[in-house]
Amino acid sequence: MEFFKIKRDIPFMSYGKITTTISLVTFLVAVFFLATKGLNFGVDFTGGTVIEVHYAQPADIAKVRERMAATGLPDALVQNFGSSQDVLIQVPLKQNLAGAKLSEQVMESLRVQDATVEMRRVEFVGPQVGKDLIENGAMALLLVSLGIVGYLWLRFEWKFGLAAIIANLHDVVIILGFFAFFQWEFSLSVLAAVLAVLGYSVNESVVVFDRIRENFRSMRKAGVAEIIDNAITRTMSRTIITHGSTQMMVGAMLLMGGETLHYFAMALTIGILFSIYSSVLVASPLLMMFGVSREDFIKPEPTEAEEVLP
Amino acid sequence: MNRYPLWKYLLILVVLLAGLIYTLPNFYGESPAVQVQPLRASLKADEALRARIEGILKDAGLHPEVVALDGSSVKARFAGTDEQIKAKDVLVTQLGEDYMAALNLLSRSPQWLTGLHALPMYLGLDLRGGVHFLLQVDMKAALDKALEAATGDIRSALREQNLAYAGVTREGNELVVRFRDAAARAKGEAEIKQRFADYALVDKDQGGEFLLRATLKPEAERRIQDSAIQQNLMTLRNRVNELGVAEPVIQQQGADRVVVQLPGVQDTARAKDILGRTATLEVRMVDEEHQISPGAAAPFGTDMFKDREGNLLLVKKQVILTGERINDAQPGFDSRTNEAAVHINLDGVGARKFKEATRENVGKRMAIILFEKGKGEVVTAPVIREEIGGGRVQISGQMNAVEAQDTALLLRAGALAAPMEIVEERTVGPSLGAENIQRGFDSTKIGFMMIAVFMVAYYLMFGTISVLALGANLLLLVALLSMLQATLTLPGMAGIALTLGMAIDANVLINERIREELRNGVTPQAAIHAGYDRAWGTILDSNVTTLIAGVALFMFGSGPIKGFAVVLCLGILTSMFSAILVSRALVNIIYGRRARLSNVAIG
Repeated sequence: MEFFKIKRDIPFMSYGKITTTISLVTFLVAVFFLATKGLNFGVDFTGGTVIEVHYAQPADIAKVRERMAATGLPDALVQNFGSSQDVLIQVPLKQNLAGAKLSEQVMESLRVQDATVEMRRVEFVGPQVGKDLIENGAMALLLVSLGIVGYLWLRFEWKFGLAAIIANLHDVVIILGFFAFFQWEFSLSVLAAVLAVLGYSVNESVVVFDRIRENFRSMRKAGVAEIIDNAITRTMSRTIITHGSTQMMVGAMLLMGGETLHYFAMALTIGILFSIYSSVLVASPLLMMFGVSREDFIKPEPTEAEEVLP
Repeated sequence: MNRYPLWKYLLILVVLLAGLIYTLPNFYGESPAVQVQPLRASLKADEALRARIEGILKDAGLHPEVVALDGSSVKARFAGTDEQIKAKDVLVTQLGEDYMAALNLLSRSPQWLTGLHALPMYLGLDLRGGVHFLLQVDMKAALDKALEAATGDIRSALREQNLAYAGVTREGNELVVRFRDAAARAKGEAEIKQRFADYALVDKDQGGEFLLRATLKPEAERRIQDSAIQQNLMTLRNRVNELGVAEPVIQQQGADRVVVQLPGVQDTARAKDILGRTATLEVRMVDEEHQISPGAAAPFGTDMFKDREGNLLLVKKQVILTGERINDAQPGFDSRTNEAAVHINLDGVGARKFKEATRENVGKRMAIILFEKGKGEVVTAPVIREEIGGGRVQISGQMNAVEAQDTALLLRAGALAAPMEIVEERTVGPSLGAENIQRGFDSTKIGFMMIAVFMVAYYLMFGTISVLALGANLLLLVALLSMLQATLTLPGMAGIALTLGMAIDANVLINERIREELRNGVTPQAAIHAGYDRAWGTILDSNVTTLIAGVALFMFGSGPIKGFAVVLCLGILTSMFSAILVSRALVNIIYGRRARLSNVAIG
């Protein structure tokens, strides 16, 4: 079986203008939603309390809300979580209530109404911890970006490092844009997924770049655009199959991993889809824009010294 | 060209075998068990204790599957939870207060595996259920306390040496000692310098007064903070022991935070109650010079506290003793009045200080104040009848037997050097934990199967080899996680699935390359060789970038995210091994030996 039997190289570079425009537009749209709607930060970052409870029979959300109001928490967010029997209660951070005690008050109050209620999960994050997590997340993002640029610079050339990181940060911004647009909860595990995507989708650019480097050596007569087109066409089959396989795993997680892994898998899905696009249609045109040339790889040959062989 | 030397095959075989052995314990599952641990340093978990426990269980008509000595504890394994709970109750009553009996789970894997240190993966709290707390230590309070204590100590040091001084006060983070003339100050300075090496001293003349300013040296400040957190860790360990939890984790995190993890704890309210009680104990003198005026602020140098009845009491700021000096505290009864009482045993320094204070203050009242969450309450304020030496103190006030027991527990567990506050809590119920395991397992299984079907259909024999290599990858990853006893969390399980999905990339790269070479008219043997050879550089590059992301996540991530990062990093290493060496070995075995290979099954 073979999906891709492409005889001639696809002239990706001649579409450069269109694809760059498309990605610029998607990027700007993502930035727009990030700026206007903002991310719906989860309790990990904002601080507050999340309580997940389970009822033996379908839960009456309205009654749970009533109980919350009676407990003095009228601003608690009550919603179903995964199934009709599971309820998620989110309480924002409060100055006057000792955070750690809150979950017990809530559970006590809920037991008054229905003794069968079962505590499934409690997460309480204090304000200082949330702030630390945001800082650490930003540090991790910065470190990953610098590390990748540095490594690619070492292995290839600064132009490659820069092109790859721009393409991949573009993916990250688009993932965040999706989370902003749909107001999906941005939690710690989503952040982990975003960083994993950053590391993963750079692979994509690396594979193409590797081919470009190889082509510069083997296709002596070809122009830069031709070389890049050939590299992309040749690696396309691998790109699709690899991402397809990874997506099978992530898809299984998305469908079967339950609520906790849902947004984690969602971020990965978006990241995988866009990284196919960006590594081919963003990183490579950028590389051309930065003026990659054969001289970047093939240093003027040193005068041939005589070799001494055993 | 596609042959490996024998040693390479053997190496791969040995690695895979080791992988299999260390993965095995995960298949046996776990049984309910009771874990018994001595709570006093003088008691050891040894063969005698093991035999005693076996005897107790036998007498109670229980049939443990195994009673084994394991490090610092004895574990008894049972067939069901009914027997387990009965056994715990029996052991608690029979062994008494010196031992802790806790419910636990024990691997059912056979003895020879355990002997090889082959243990099942260590599950995080989100998978096994339990409580995770992050506590913040109030370091400012620790420093305040040190300064407050030093104020009193400087006073008594100067008085002891008969050095004239006008007063010692605290101004922010500074202690100011006033002298009447420069000569007195010089003498005082020499004395303070010698006795209080932690303080940096500066002379200052101000408005005709001769001042000596003392500030804590930075290294002393660090030491105080460090010992405060160490003492708090110690205290938390004792308190957790009182809770009876198997395998608790109590660790310092960063400069001023402590992580407490209590696997399997259901009653989080009680856990929080005992941990969250930031009780510190102070012994001070009651101020009898001033009058209490309700509503007004406490006079200078004193604090106002309520006692258990709600009456106000003025107490001097100077601290005679703190809870650190308490060795032991037991509930009991006053031998004369038969009132409930707490018997306290002080350490050497505490006993001496207590003796001094009681000698100087016979006939006066002394207050024992319990601070919980920043609020002080006078437990009792007895009149000192006589000098109390030897460090044996009895507190009896208006308390009942239960209160006495509670107070003793808190005192015995040791007071905290500085108050702590819970700044993060993550509790996962046991049912959710089990569900999380199932979900993580299911999605990995389904994903793996889909990839396998696709790869075999698309690349035929080479696809089959890739799938076998991927299976080897999973085996090695699980083995490595079990071997390192790294904490497996739900994001960690997602990490396993994700690394498998990503690991297939290496094989796709190789297979595509081989196809391409074949298309260019290269002979099959040369194509295989070139395929592996050329793909290697690409595989390395792409894995290194993912590794960078993994390492950054490990450095900056916390809790579950760290678990994800560990799996990601280990997964990259195992996938490099299996995708390249294992799959190549298989290809070599299947195709490498044929001299004239006309075609290969790669689809």
